Amino acid sequence: YFDSLRICLSTGGCPFVHEVRKDEDICSPILRKLFNESHHIFVGLQGIRDDLPSKNKKTQFVSISKNYRSVIRACMEELQQVAGKVEGKSDGRISPVFFLQVSILLAVELIWNLCEVLFIDAAPAGSLLLHLLDWVRLHKADVDEKARDVLQSESPTEHQAYWDVVGVNTLTLTEFDVKWRHWHEEVDRCLQDQSFASNPHLEVICKILVGDEDVLLEHKELLSTWYHFLVTRLLFSHPIVKPTELHYYAQSSMHMFLDTRSVPEPLDSILLAAFEFDIHQVIKDCSIALNNWWFVAHLTDLMDHCKLLQSHNLHFGSNLREFLLLEYASGLFTHHSLWQLAVDYFDHCPEFGRVYLELQIERVPLDTERKALKVLRICEQRQMTEQVRSICKIMAKGALRNNRLGSALSWSIRAKDAAFATLISERFLQDYCANGAFSDLDLIDNLGSAMLLSDRLTFLGKYREFHRLYGEKCFSDAAKLLLSLMTAKIAPRTFWMTLLTDALPLLEQKEVIFSADQTHELMFCLEDLTSGNCLPKPDRWFPFLFQDEDIDTTKIEILRLALARNLAKAIVKEGTVEV
Amino acid sequence: MEGINAKYVSQKISKTRWRPVSSSSLQQPDIFATGSWDNEDNKISLWSIGDNGVSGMDDEFEGDPQLVCEYKHNGDVMDLQFLDQDRIVTASSTGAVTIFRHNHNNQTLSVPQLWERAHHYPCGKAPCTGVVCNSPEIVTVGEDGRIILFRSDQEGVTRTIENADSSTIHAVTFLRTTEILTVNSIGQLKLWDFRQRSNEPSQILSLTGDRVPLHCVDRHPNQQHIVATGGQDGMLCIWDVRQGKMPFSLMEAHSAEMWEVHFHPSNPDHLFSCSEDGSLLHWETSSNSDTPSFLQGGRNASITSRSAIAPAGGNQSLISAWLTGDSGKGRLETTHMLPSQTLSVNSLDVLGQCLVCGTDGEAIYVNRLVPI
Repeated sequence: YFDSLRICLSTGGCPFVHEVRKDEDICSPILRKLFNESHHIFVGLQGIRDDLPSKNKKTQFVSISKNYRSVIRACMEELQQVAGKVEGKSDGRISPVFFLQVSILLAVELIWNLCEVLFIDAAPAGSLLLHLLDWVRLHKADVDEKARDVLQSESPTEHQAYWDVVGVNTLTLTEFDVKWRHWHEEVDRCLQDQSFASNPHLEVICKILVGDEDVLLEHKELLSTWYHFLVTRLLFSHPIVKPTELHYYAQSSMHMFLDTRSVPEPLDSILLAAFEFDIHQVIKDCSIALNNWWFVAHLTDLMDHCKLLQSHNLHFGSNLREFLLLEYASGLFTHHSLWQLAVDYFDHCPEFGRVYLELQIERVPLDTERKALKVLRICEQRQMTEQVRSICKIMAKGALRNNRLGSALSWSIRAKDAAFATLISERFLQDYCANGAFSDLDLIDNLGSAMLLSDRLTFLGKYREFHRLYGEKCFSDAAKLLLSLMTAKIAPRTFWMTLLTDALPLLEQKEVIFSADQTHELMFCLEDLTSGNCLPKPDRWFPFLFQDEDIDTTKIEILRLALARNLAKAIVKEGTVEV
Repeated sequence: MEGINAKYVSQKISKTRWRPVSSSSLQQPDIFATGSWDNEDNKISLWSIGDNGVSGMDDEFEGDPQLVCEYKHNGDVMDLQFLDQDRIVTASSTGAVTIFRHNHNNQTLSVPQLWERAHHYPCGKAPCTGVVCNSPEIVTVGEDGRIILFRSDQEGVTRTIENADSSTIHAVTFLRTTEILTVNSIGQLKLWDFRQRSNEPSQILSLTGDRVPLHCVDRHPNQQHIVATGGQDGMLCIWDVRQGKMPFSLMEAHSAEMWEVHFHPSNPDHLFSCSEDGSLLHWETSSNSDTPSFLQGGRNASITSRSAIAPAGGNQSLISAWLTGDSGKGRLETTHMLPSQTLSVNSLDVLGQCLVCGTDGEAIYVNRLVPI
């Protein structure tokens, strides 16, 4: 799956994509950090309250945007570090995929940074150029060094003027504009006067400072990209460029810089769309260029929070932000480990998130109980009762197959699954009838309130209690309990014969245990059981109870006799009055 | 909480444990081990938090944990314990129990011993869920309801208690050298005495009422009859195993499963718990009586309000139903130790002033200035 989780830029005819699998081991642990860290930021972002004043919110959004970018940078740096280590080894050969990965992250950060400057921070005229300068500087640090060296190599006064321009935030716009124009005119005059004619380098620098485009273009290799050219051009000709004018300069810069023959790369069109403030185009182009949803999902979500996206619904009902988040999260869900992150993303998709989660969560493989518990907790927290039942049933069935009756019961309790609890109780009773003794006494003796989950379970617990009382020689309590099991209809009819048989030793005691009334009730139960139309049909659980009719009749006879004798003794005992 | 940062490690952490420091030295621990889970290739890793010799008055320590070495682990690491300074025992979801040895010279790990199908079903694998050791003895428990006793110096199994439990045993700890405590998924705390030949527990304790599964257990380091457990409902229970079948006190701690609970080994008035709800709590008790307020009994109202941002030491007094005279003035403080809401905190360990924990967000947090 990591093929698609990997961020790939589909430049024209990229042959590397097919070799991806081999280098997964190097890239994927580092990329995983990206997914985890950005998930953390995402969840924090969703928690920002709507009622904050917009000024505070903007600062927070910018800070979150910077967080995202720092995560991307950290990832890039680590990839480069690892590449360095591989290179250092004697047989180290870094595959092209590695470099591709780094360059993609670079591109992603470049785009994100520009979006932050233009859309999220929404710098107004004046500080806009400053931000753009920072932006270019951040991504072309080495080139800028060279350019600065060239500029610094000559007279310091020019140098001074250069920094004055940069110090625009100390003045108001109009003040600055006046000062700047004045300075610009002065430099222009110097050029006209040929004051620097003696020194060709100085003259070139002067021309640059005036914003002479031809001269700038002559130094193309220093600038290396059209957007560096754009910013430099703006710096020296239109320092207080307004956001709305940007697109004009961007387009013309791009055309001037690139050869007319070369086709703009995807990155170029994306940046141009950004300069044109066409957010939707940026997102669309990024989605096409990168076959991974990570970048567009997070960026769109952030911009949605900044209320920058027009909420036009897509064909199938959800908006752009939700669509991208759903795509991203669905991809995450197929990863054997990162599926847990996806849950939070689905949570924040109000239209379809829940449905997607319901479908996906049942497909998570449950290798251990601990994992099943985590999945269950996710379902329970979101009141997904159907999924809870289904997961518990799978676990309970598995436990039952392995003869772990206690575990099976524990899962039934969690799902409040009375039917399965009944099934488990039947298993216990089967074992009892087969072996003559209860297995897993630690469970049955300590059922607690779980007993109430199913009638059969209640019966099991009470029946065991009867055995215990009998064992402890609390005969009258045992007798009372036994009777109540039948009269309160707790015991299944199929088990009544066994219960009545259990009563035999109590009836045969020298001491009278069952009172006359109780004996009457027992007799009633026996008649009830044996009367023609009420004979219980052979039960599939207890088929052996009705195998031999002769034994049955004999047993019934014995019971009747015992009951009669007990009744006699009881009447006598109760009738006797102490004188 | 200042000074506690996340280190992202690209694997979900199921267990973290400090390497023990010799009791004679007053050093702080510097090496910890982690185990991962839910990966196609799981690992155990050893990390170092650097030289603690250089400590200024500054609160801030640099020192991201650095990876020392790692080793592939077959199956999820369900539990992990240091057997001694060099060896680690792990419990695996495949049912295997493995001993790893750390070679200090070349900083590698090797596997000197492995019991591959220690826990199993008649047909199929049964995860081994817990391991505890008291060198050279090792005790493991699993989903198959078995308790197995090993010795690290012997090849085979020393003793197996078959069908010790009809439900899954989630955790085990030593009560005394020959007695262990287990907790299971039907909410029972069982005491087993290895000196007895029978395969029955010598004592069973449980909460009446709901059979809430218990996930973790820890014994008070000094007073061996005091035991803490945590379970599916996030409640912290304190038990006195000498008396009664019921817990001594219950406290609402977390809003989801409590995965681990630990008394601080040298300062047991402090307790730590971590949970599926993404929080790690530090419980601190102080009272003018000798008995910690844990033992003053009764069911207590909710201790702390839930919030994603750490409150600076939630100060709630214990409302105990059984206050008796002047010994009932116990006070319990609870603090969140993590800076913000995270995914489940699966494991924690505390030693000296150092705390380490691991989360499902694939992050490790280390705090070297735990206020003890």
